[in-house]
Amino acid sequence: MTILELDNVTVTYEGSDRPALANVSLRIEEGEWLLVSAPTGAGKSTLLGLCNGLVPHFTGGNMSGTVTVAGRSTEQCPPRNLADVVGWVGQDPASGFVTDAVEDELAFVMEELATPPATMRRRIEETLDLMGIAELRNRPLSTLSGGEAQRVAIASVLCASPKVLLLDEPTSALDPAGADDVLAALGRLVHDVGLTVIMSEHRLERVIHLVDRIALIDRGQVTASMPDEALAIAPHVPPVIELGRLAGWSPLPRSVRDARRVAAPLISRLADAATPPAGPPPHTNDSPRYPVRASRSPAASGHIAVTGISLAHGRRTVVERVSFEVGGGGGGGGGGEVLALMGRNGAGKTTILRAVAGLTTPSAGRLRIGNLDPAAIDGPTRIRSIGFVPQDPTLLLYSSTVAEECRAADRDGGLDAGTTASVLEELAADGTIDANRHPRDLSAGQQLQVALAVVLAPAPTALLLDEPTRGLDHGVKDRLASLLRHRATNHGVAILLATHDVEFAATVADRVVLLGHREVTAAGPAAEVLSQSTVFAPQVARILSPLPVLTVAAIRRTLGRIETNRS
Amino acid sequence: MLGLAAAAARTTNLIVLVLTALVVIVVATACRIHGPLGRSVILFTKIAIGVVIFRLVLQAIFGLRLGERVLFRLPALTLPEFMAGITVGGPVTLESMMAGLNQGVRLGVILICFGAVNSVSSPARLLRSLPGVLYEMGVASTIALTTAPQAVMSASQIAEARRLRGRPTRGAAGLRGIAIPVLEGALDRSIRLAAALDTRGYGRTRDDVAPNRQRTASVALIGGLIMLSIGVYGVFDTAAPVGLAIGGLTAGAVACGASVIVGHRTHRRTRHRPIRWDRRATLVAFSGAGALAASILTEAIEPGALDPSTFPLVAPTLPIIMAAGLALALAPLFVAPRFDDIEPDDARAAGLDIAESAATLSVSSGGDVR
Repeated sequence: MTILELDNVTVTYEGSDRPALANVSLRIEEGEWLLVSAPTGAGKSTLLGLCNGLVPHFTGGNMSGTVTVAGRSTEQCPPRNLADVVGWVGQDPASGFVTDAVEDELAFVMEELATPPATMRRRIEETLDLMGIAELRNRPLSTLSGGEAQRVAIASVLCASPKVLLLDEPTSALDPAGADDVLAALGRLVHDVGLTVIMSEHRLERVIHLVDRIALIDRGQVTASMPDEALAIAPHVPPVIELGRLAGWSPLPRSVRDARRVAAPLISRLADAATPPAGPPPHTNDSPRYPVRASRSPAASGHIAVTGISLAHGRRTVVERVSFEVGGGGGGGGGGEVLALMGRNGAGKTTILRAVAGLTTPSAGRLRIGNLDPAAIDGPTRIRSIGFVPQDPTLLLYSSTVAEECRAADRDGGLDAGTTASVLEELAADGTIDANRHPRDLSAGQQLQVALAVVLAPAPTALLLDEPTRGLDHGVKDRLASLLRHRATNHGVAILLATHDVEFAATVADRVVLLGHREVTAAGPAAEVLSQSTVFAPQVARILSPLPVLTVAAIRRTLGRIETNRS
Repeated sequence: MLGLAAAAARTTNLIVLVLTALVVIVVATACRIHGPLGRSVILFTKIAIGVVIFRLVLQAIFGLRLGERVLFRLPALTLPEFMAGITVGGPVTLESMMAGLNQGVRLGVILICFGAVNSVSSPARLLRSLPGVLYEMGVASTIALTTAPQAVMSASQIAEARRLRGRPTRGAAGLRGIAIPVLEGALDRSIRLAAALDTRGYGRTRDDVAPNRQRTASVALIGGLIMLSIGVYGVFDTAAPVGLAIGGLTAGAVACGASVIVGHRTHRRTRHRPIRWDRRATLVAFSGAGALAASILTEAIEPGALDPSTFPLVAPTLPIIMAAGLALALAPLFVAPRFDDIEPDDARAAGLDIAESAATLSVSSGGDVR
């Protein structure tokens, strides 16, 4: 039975000359799990919003065609009158909380729908168990971690027992374990309750083996097809598929489990090769399209030294006596490295980054960037010695258009006109970010790209990036990775990044520091730390365990070497 | 708590006032809710101390020169004729300072009582107890209440971000650069929250209810609230006729009740676990009423005991009935929820708070004794 139908829908936002989505026709059956995948800013959120009337009731813009959910047209029904059939969870679940305790949050929608108290109690109990959050029931919402907040947000719309669940990037803010929890809960809902789930997600590798169909959006056109067909035309595929294609496996495995079954010959072939491939690829010396200036700041070297720092959040100790270093050459020379700081949500990654950026003072220990205390660096010197992209990139953007933002960044850094714009062009695929739009009107991923460009343009000698891949599609991520590698290898920039994205860390990091309960639990070369971890191992490492390989590119190089040796 | 505030407003007896403050702080710290609002009694205590000091300074400079016991002399300045020839400064007497102190402490204690009310309940809980007629208004005001602290937080975040971009954070340029993103951020957040509320069915309409009925309910409610405030004024002002207090309160209660009954049918909504009004809640709510009753009783039996004269200066005494009333107000301590459902970290923090408030108190009462 069709639960949701889009019939020839076209959406054009105000001030835009081309439609965000054009002539979309899509039928979704009851009990289906549909994945929406598309480049940053291509209209994923618009497609989801159409399904419950948020577009156009809330966003404005022109819409033609009809959307029918469980027999009701969104034209007549605003989102509030669809609350009993469609549940929607936005990109930042915490911003949608309306009460202050978990149980009240779950009850809210049922109170609005005038559910009898007895039913309410039963549904709350069931939903708490279904999402595995029974132990959170009395917790204030402000104390929840990212993964917990996401599960509570899903539970709070599930209580209305909707027929369709819409999720906008439900795992982008979560650590690998938290993301698995959320996906497992969704799997239970689809299989046991028969719920229809429509979700958007950039990290295909996490969900590809779970979903029934994939909808790809390309220039406003939506095509929904079975996973195998979708993968054949998708611009980027998860590492497991890429590895399968490289190794010539047929049928193509979609999950790590399937791949492991057929991986034995490849493992022995790679193990036979004299030196196992490791780490990030040696950097290709392609010169960038803009000039990277030699640093003139007093902190001539961006070398980051963290010695035994302790940090507290209010009365709670976050980390204790943490030490690590990130190598930086500076002065335009090479020798910089990329260090990835990983750990579960709330492990203290952001707190450490903020301290290194000089925004907070540690209660003990010493911080140095080059030979300076980061807290003492200010003004124009700061932007050339420390580049920091916070988790919420909108904080860095204040101008009324993207173009103006780029010009302002050029002025701040005393850069040649157009430098920032060309960095942005290098990151974003040409023309995907309209320079005349207000930064706040961009999608979350596009905002991040603008913030990255603003910070990267003055060529700081030390770069601190907090979750630099949130909401970015694979294309942008690849370009960011090669840009960061280039900066580290050729310009001696010390790069410290905090990330949950294991595949990105595997591509870009030289070394990895894992944070556990208030302390460093593992530190060392990326290949070693990541391939030994059960939680933070990338797909390739999981498939080829125990070999310390992280990326398909590394395997391709090794196989190439084997071939040359043989001939 | 409000009973205690009313009792405090009726007296200038220093001993009674300080005891009242002590009772309020102890009860509020023991029964407070989790979260930042739970600390508001501490904040209000600090403000109250500030008020007392400010009142004393004002009294020293501008106060009337009554009595003979001169404490110290300030340089006197007689204002010119056209400003009524008032003398500013000059000898400061013990009597006038005591009068100022009494009034300052009275105001301070009332402030502490209001802080305590915030400490033991939260806006969201109040919202849940509102009648259906006021529901929409309630949600709107709860959201408004939460925006202020969020705006403060995002202001500091943006100041930080400007520093990251090497921009000024002070001065006119800095202020403009911070204010605009803060407003944009607040707008963004409210739009996201509104979207979340809407998708969760907030404000669903019922087609089968006449709009007239809803209007009648609202008018009755507002009228009732006005009458209630007149009645409350009667309670607080010892000079007002008793009829005003009783009449206002009764009429207000009737009007509000009527509005709730009429409005009930216009809003179909249910409550999950409505806050149960148990014996404990009654005790907490009415613990102050004992003190208020005692205050009225004392006034009747020992006129003047609550308003000790400062000219001539007499030492304040503690009327026995008043003491009993205040002791009654301590009752919630024995029935209110304990820290058993809080995490150990919070419990420790709460313990510190109690120690802190005790220290503050001993400082302030030490000052009062002199």
